[in-house]
Amino acid sequence: MSYDGWILLTASLVGLVCGLVGALLILRRMAMMADAISHSVLLGIVIAYLVTRELSGAHMLLGAAAAGLLTAVLVQWLHARGVQQEASIGIVFTTLFAIGVVLIATQVGNAHLDVQHALMGEITFIPWETTRVPGLGEIPESVLTLLIVLLVVGGLIAAFYKAWKITSFDPALAAALGIPVAFMHYLFMTMISVTAVAAFDAVGAVMVIAMLITPAAAAYLWTDRLSVMLLLSGLFGVLAAFAGYAAAWVLDTSISGSMAFATGVLFLISFLISPRHGLAARRLRAHAAAGRLKS
Amino acid sequence: MEPVLQVRGLHAAYRRTKVLDHVTFDVMPGTLTAIIGPNGAGKSTLLKTMLDLHPRLGGEVRFFGTAYRNAKLKVGYVPQRGSVDWDFPTDALDVVLMGLYGRIGWFRRPGRRHRELALEALDKMGMADFAKRQISELSGGQQQRVFLARALVQDADLYLLDEPLAGVDAATERAIMEMLRTLRAAGKTVMVVHHDLQTVEDDFDHVLMLNRTVIAHGPTTEIFTQDTIARTYGGWLRRKERVTG
Repeated sequence: MSYDGWILLTASLVGLVCGLVGALLILRRMAMMADAISHSVLLGIVIAYLVTRELSGAHMLLGAAAAGLLTAVLVQWLHARGVQQEASIGIVFTTLFAIGVVLIATQVGNAHLDVQHALMGEITFIPWETTRVPGLGEIPESVLTLLIVLLVVGGLIAAFYKAWKITSFDPALAAALGIPVAFMHYLFMTMISVTAVAAFDAVGAVMVIAMLITPAAAAYLWTDRLSVMLLLSGLFGVLAAFAGYAAAWVLDTSISGSMAFATGVLFLISFLISPRHGLAARRLRAHAAAGRLKS
Repeated sequence: MEPVLQVRGLHAAYRRTKVLDHVTFDVMPGTLTAIIGPNGAGKSTLLKTMLDLHPRLGGEVRFFGTAYRNAKLKVGYVPQRGSVDWDFPTDALDVVLMGLYGRIGWFRRPGRRHRELALEALDKMGMADFAKRQISELSGGQQQRVFLARALVQDADLYLLDEPLAGVDAATERAIMEMLRTLRAAGKTVMVVHHDLQTVEDDFDHVLMLNRTVIAHGPTTEIFTQDTIARTYGGWLRRKERVTG
C-alpha cells in the first residue's frame, strides 16, 4: 500500500475505534474521564518504556491499561471520601500526567518519546515504523495495534451489548438484577485506555479527546437507537479521518489537527440539520405548532 | 405463614450522617404496604440498602428466607423515575425488555417471546400504543408506566417501588394503583415509598412509618393514627402547620 494509503487507513481506524467507544462514553456521561485517561496513559507508556526499554505495541497497551485503571480507581477513591467528582478527576489526571512529563524529561529524553509527540501525535511517521505480520506482510506497527484494539473493543461491545445498555441507562436496576456494574465500569475504563493509547501515536492525547467525543455527540443527534448510534459514531469517525486528511493535504497543515477540526464540522452540521434533534427541525416543529394554535 | 421479607437491626449512613438506625420489621406475603415518612427519613435508602445498592453498616436482610443475591429474580425494584436519563437513545419496549435481562443471560439477544412478554406488560399499563416511542417523547406519567411495565415483566413475587406516584397525572395514578391491587390479588407482595398521607388509608392495607427508625408498622386500620403520624413527622409536621394554617 502507498504511503498515503497507510496514513488514511491509520486515521480511519482511529476514527472507527474512537467512535465506537465514544458513543458509550457520551451515554455514560463520562466525557471528562476520557479527557483524564487520554492524558494519564502517558505515564503508563513512559513506565512501560522505562521497564522494557522499547516502545512496542503490547507493552504500551499494558502500561496504558494499568494507568487508565489507576486513574479510574483514584478518582473513585477520592470521590468516595468527599471530594467532588470533577475535582477528583482534575486532581488525578494532571498529577499522573505531570509525573509522566517529568519522567520523560529526566529519564527518557530521546527521539522516540517527547511531550510534543505525546500531545499531538505524529501520524506522518507511522508508515515507516513497520512490523512483519504472517499473512499480511510488512505493515505499520500502529495499524496492527489499532486492528487488535478494534477487534477487542468491538468484540467486548458486541458481546456485552445488553449489559452496556442497562448499566448506562439505569445502573440501579442493573445492580439489582445482579449485573456487575462496578466491573463494567472498570472494564470500560480499560477499553478507553487501550483505545487512547492505540490512537496516541497517530493523533496524540489532545486530539484523541476530539475523536472520542465529537463524532459520538454528532451521532447522538441522528438516532433514537443505541445500535444505530454506535455504528453512526464509528462511521462519523472514519468520515472525519478522510475529510481531515483531504483538508490537511489542501491546506498543507497538521493531519491530526484537521481530523479533529473535521469532527467539529460534522457535529455542527448534525446540530443544524439532523431530523429529530437538529436546530432546523426544532424550529420547523415549533413553527408548525404555533400555526396549529392560531388556526 | 413465612414472611417474604425480614429486616433486622439495619443500619446505614451517608458519609457520617446516620440515615437508618436499627430498622427492624417483617413483611407478610400478599400485603400492600406504604412506606411513609418525612424528607430525609431514609425511605429510598431503606430500599437501596435492602437491595445491596447502598452499603449496609449493620443488621440483616432476608428475602424469602435467604440473602438478596439468592433471591434476585423474585424481587422487582422500580427506582425513582428521575434517577435515569430519559434522553437515552431507546424506545419504551426496549426499556421494558431490560426487566428481563436478568433472565435472558449475558450473551443471548432478547427473542420473540421476550418481546411478546414486554408488549403484554406495556398493554397492562395502557401503554401498548407507545411501544416504539422514543422515551424522551413520553410524558412523566407515561414514563412511570413504562417503568412499572418493566417491573411487571420481571414477574417477581415481591415488588419494591420508590415513589411511583410522585408527580404523575391522575390517570396514571389510577392505572398504577389498579396494577398494585391486581398484583396483591395474585398473591404478590408490594412495598411502595409514598408521600401522600391522604391516600394511605384507602390504598394500602399496611403502613411502615419511618423516620430513621421504624416508628410504627402494621395494618393501616390499627396503626395509622394521629399519634403515630405526629411521632413520625415530629416537629416537621407542626412547623408545616404553623406555616400553612
